[in-house]
Formats: sequence, C-alpha cells, structure tokens
Amino acid sequence: MYRSHVLVCGGTGCTSSNSAAIIEKLESEIAAKGLAEEVKVIKTGCFGLCALGPIMIVYPEGCFYSQVKVDDVPEIVEEHLLKGRMVKRLLYDETVKEDTVKSLNETKFYAKQKRVALRNCGVIDPENIDEYIAFDGYQALAKCLKEYTPEQVIQIVKDSGLRGRGGGGFPTGLKWEFTSKNSAPQKYVVCNADEGDPGAFMDRSVLEGDPHCIVEAMTICGYATGATEGYIYVRAEYPIAVKRLKIAIKEAREYGLLGKNIFDSGFDFDLHIRLGAGAFVCGEETALMTSIEGNRGEPRPRPPYPAVKGLFASPTTENNVETFANIPQIILKGAEYFASMGTEKSKGTKVFALGGKINNTGLVEIPMGTTLREIIEEIGGGIPNGKKFKAAQTGGPSGGCIPASLMDTEIDYDNLTAIGCMMGSGGLIVMDEDNCMVDIAKFFLDFTVDESCGKCAPCRIGTKRMREILEKITDGKATLEDLDKLEKLAHYIKDNSLCGLGQTAPNPVLATLKFFRDEYEAHVVDKKCPAGVCKALLNYVIDPEKCIGCTLCARNCPAGAITGTVKNPHVIDTAKCIKCGACMSACKKQAISKQ
Amino acid sequence: MKSLEELMAIRDKTRVKMTVREDNSEVTRVVVGMATCGIAAGARPVLNAFVDEVEKRKLSNVTISQTGCIGMCQYEPIVEVMEPGKDKVTYIKMTADKVARVVADHLVNGNPVMEYTVASIEK
Repeated sequence: MYRSHVLVCGGTGCTSSNSAAIIEKLESEIAAKGLAEEVKVIKTGCFGLCALGPIMIVYPEGCFYSQVKVDDVPEIVEEHLLKGRMVKRLLYDETVKEDTVKSLNETKFYAKQKRVALRNCGVIDPENIDEYIAFDGYQALAKCLKEYTPEQVIQIVKDSGLRGRGGGGFPTGLKWEFTSKNSAPQKYVVCNADEGDPGAFMDRSVLEGDPHCIVEAMTICGYATGATEGYIYVRAEYPIAVKRLKIAIKEAREYGLLGKNIFDSGFDFDLHIRLGAGAFVCGEETALMTSIEGNRGEPRPRPPYPAVKGLFASPTTENNVETFANIPQIILKGAEYFASMGTEKSKGTKVFALGGKINNTGLVEIPMGTTLREIIEEIGGGIPNGKKFKAAQTGGPSGGCIPASLMDTEIDYDNLTAIGCMMGSGGLIVMDEDNCMVDIAKFFLDFTVDESCGKCAPCRIGTKRMREILEKITDGKATLEDLDKLEKLAHYIKDNSLCGLGQTAPNPVLATLKFFRDEYEAHVVDKKCPAGVCKALLNYVIDPEKCIGCTLCARNCPAGAITGTVKNPHVIDTAKCIKCGACMSACKKQAISKQ
Repeated sequence: MKSLEELMAIRDKTRVKMTVREDNSEVTRVVVGMATCGIAAGARPVLNAFVDEVEKRKLSNVTISQTGCIGMCQYEPIVEVMEPGKDKVTYIKMTADKVARVVADHLVNGNPVMEYTVASIEK
C-alpha cells in the first residue's frame, strides 16, 4: 500500500506544458529519497483547470499544486513527500487556508460544477482498468446483461431524458429504439469522437481521462440495440486519446469485458478504432460512416437515417463521446437520478470547453440551466484585465453567440435555440470589448469555407460568396445592399445545403447580424471598426499634446512611416503605415491611439 | 469476466488502495511528525509500520501522512490520530513495535492506548 498518491495531469493541455518531464523527474527524485515503496505517481486525465497547468495533486492532503515546473519537483519531494510540509508557494491560491488546504470542491471553479461525464477525469489512472472498476466501472454493463432486457435498457435511457451531446440534442433513448426495432442481422454502434470545432476539447478530455467509460457505454448500447460490433472514429490529432483507447480496449478484452459471451450472458461485442484524417465534415454522422467504410468523407442525404441504413448499409446507432459518457451513470444510479438534474426538457449536465478572454481557461461540467453569467463570472473567474464582457460564442463554426444582454439566460437546448443560438458540442469562447464581431464571423466562415467538402453547391459556392461579402465589409468597401445580400444568402445556404455542416455554416453570421447589427453598420456606413480590429478601417494617430519626441516610435516602425525631430511631436504617414501596432506598444507616454 | 462477484472482487481490492485519494471527512487521519527531530528519533520506521499494519488489516477508512515539527521534540517520534468528530489523540515516543497495538486497539476497536499518549506524562 502507498501512503501517498501524487496525481499529475497527463491530458493534452498539461502534456504540452511539460507534465511528462515532471512525472519522470518525480519518479527519479522519489526513488533517490527512498520513497518508491511509499509514494505512488499516477498520470491522470484532465482536471479541468487547464489555465493553471501543469497540475499536480498530492493525496491524502489533497494539495493542489499549479503551474508546476520540472525544477520545482525536488522541493516538492524533499519538503512535502519526505517531511510533510506543503510547498505553499505552488498551491493554488484559492485552496490555501491558514495551516491546511481547502478541498478543491470549495473553490469557485469547482463549487458550481457537477461532474457526471467527467466524474473520473483527474481521479483515476486511465491506463489501469482496475482503477476504473474500483470506481464502479463495468457494473452498469453487468447490471444490463444480468438484470435487464434490451427493451428495459432503452426505457431507462429514454426516461433519463438524455439528449445527444454532439449538438443535435436528439433524444438518445429514441435513437437507440429506432435501431433496436430494425431486424437486420448485422447492426453497428459508432462513437463520434471527431471533435472538430475550434476551441473545443470536451470529447478529447473524456477519452484521455476515462476511456473505459466509453468502452462500457458502447457495449451497453450494443446490447440494447442488438449490435455486436462498434467503431470509435477519433481524430488522428488526438494521439494521447488514441493511445489510451487502444490500451482500454486491450485491457477490456483481457478481462473478457469485450469479446465473446460477456458476463456469461451469451452476448458478444467488440470494438475497433478508426482514425480521422482531420476533415471537419467527418464529424457529420453520414460523412463519418462513409469515412469508416474507407471512402472519401462526404455526407449522404438523409433519409435513410443511420438507424435504417448506416455503416456498411446496416442499421447503426451513432452517438457522441459525451453522450456515451453519461450512460453508465444513468444505468447505475437510475433514470430519476439523471432526470433530477437540469431543466424541464434538457436533463443532466453539459461539459463546456471554456476559452478566449476568460481567466480560468479549461473544462467545466455544469447542470443544464446554469446561467451564462454563473459560468463566466463565477466558474470562469471573469474577464482578464478588467475588460467588459461582450459575447460568448457557442457551438463553434455551427453555432451562434450570446450577447451580454442575454447573460442570464439559463443554458439548455431550447433556450439557446429560442434566442437564435445553439448548444453545439460545447465550445464556449468568451469575447470582450476588444473583439470585433464581424471579424469573428469572418474567422468562422474562413473555417467552413476551408472545410466544406464540396459535394453540394450551396455550401461550396455559397459560403465562399459570403466570405467575400464579409471581406468587403471589413475592408470598408461594402454597402448596405451587401448586408441584405449577405443575410439572404445565409438563409438560402441554411435551407438548401445537404448536410449539417452547410446548414449551420451561416449561423455565426446570422447570430452576429442579429445581435450586433450596429457593428456591421459601423463598418459599412461609418467605415469604422468600433473594436479597433479591422486594419483597413483604422488609423494610428499620435497625439501631439502627449508626444515628447523621444523617437522610440520612429525607431520601432518597420515601415519607416513615422517622422519627426527629437523633442518635437512625431507624425505617422498613413499612406506608408502598415498598421502593425509596433509604435503603440513602444510608446511609453500612451500618445498613440487607434482611430 | 463471468460474474458480478468477480468484478466486485477487483473493485474492492483496488478501492482499498485508492482511499487516500478520496475527499472524505469520514476518514481517520494518522499524522506522523517527520521534521528533522522526528526523523532523527526514528519516525520513518514508525510511519512504515503504520502503512504495513493498516494494509494488513485492510482498513479502508484510514490515511497516513506526515507533518512538520509539532513542538515537543523531546517526545518524538510523535503520532497524532484524528478521528472525525472526536478529540485528537497524541502518541509520543512511538516505536514500530508500539504501532501494532495502536492500530489494533485504537483504529480498529476505538480505544486509544492511553499509556502511550502525551497524557500519560503530564500526570
């Protein structure tokens, strides 16, 4: 038995800030101090508070060390692990009490969270099946196979009110029922782990932190729908997730939790992994299945829906990673447990990847019905540098935005749809007063133009034309007529595209037009960018009152656009100026402004 | 895997080893003084003895950790036992041999070994 466990985050975020080297150093220091028999080092999945990574938690005290560097490790081992004195300077401020530490659950970041899908992330070793089992893993599967008929399993999922977490929000139980009622001899289960929205990493974190729960949930789905084979389609850009999934599948096979006659029930099920090559459209369910089949990832028209004719032309149930992650808890704790969380029509919790202009960048799981204000001001810790909140972008390139005036909206599927936004898969990008909404819309449209598969004309040609209009606007060359054209085109693409990618591609434009039309009009009519982002519409100006003629700006200008003599006010030649902002950051007197 | 019993056996076996990671106020904490004075007086064998003994008896509600100097260096090795809702019990001049009795009498049966505690000197 080990008296102390040291948990180090091995998620993608902390790994990129060197947590692997920290683990190596920890192990060698612990061995050098002769503590190898007493202290165990465990690499876990994501804790959620990525802004403070690399993260280390030392138990039994529950010390939360943040932004740990390799050089800090000898001190932690010597002081904490050997002598029992916490290294105060590395503790997360919010957890520090006079002579001890507060539980993480008391901190603002975690207090309002409710972890269902992420329950094991940052708690267990994802590469050790025993630890998953220790936290009640595979009991839900045993319960299904031993106690319930497939119909009963589907009824539980239906009663729980779980809806698809990939963004669609379709009732999961109903989806399972459609496949189960099909009497075809071969059926499939597919897990969509092709998480492509910029800034979203919910699914990656579940796969990295708790891969067995996906294996278990897919097996349950197989039993409920009558499928004997499953595919996990995961992006090749997620190497850690892929590695842990492979280990999980291997471990499950060794324990007989995958394979023939699971739990002596006569039920057979096995899983395969397929890697996506990074095309956004493959996150669309029909394109994803086409890609698994070995063909070029292009969507196909629905109907027929996958429940009728899906993978390899057989009935298929496809769910997103986060949807699956909820299943074992629903089976174990009952439909009522899950349905007791959330709002009337959106039950349970939702994971969001918080990013952008927010202090606590990271992964949060909140009950449905939490307001955007709570997420941003309490859990997220507010906007950095005292700036003002402007809007939150949800749902990535398929989503919309929630403006500051609607900050008290309770987040669930229907409320977001009602305000012209969408839940999306869970990316939540926070924007402050320095973000230009037209520029944001252009960014997402750039993305969809690149990612359009080209199969249907509305998406292939339409999004390109939309981007051209947006470019005209940000260049200050557009007219009000262009704004109308943009809106008309957006609705046309929405109504006529073949798949979800095209149907939702205009959303960022439509949402920003709805809430921030004044910003569009400022670009078009006044030829001004209120946030000071669009380069073509702004000029750098030196205030002669404030300028002391120190020449610093002129020396920093890469274009030689600034002239003036020592101790006399300088002037910027707007014809030569390339608007890089170097002068503004060099000036010590704040004499230069954007206008 | 053929039966739920098989699964539960793995669960229980692994769970005991993971007690230290639980954020649980119901857990009894055994804290060993491990400052220079404690280590010099022989706190390490005491700490190891606690770990061994607790594992042997499969006590899932006990965690063992160290702390710095408690301030009574002449009485080291000092061990404090904190049970939820009860007064702290401070054992002094502990040895590895005394540990087995503390675990058996105090942690298992709830009767502190008074003759080993700091109260025994003050009398």
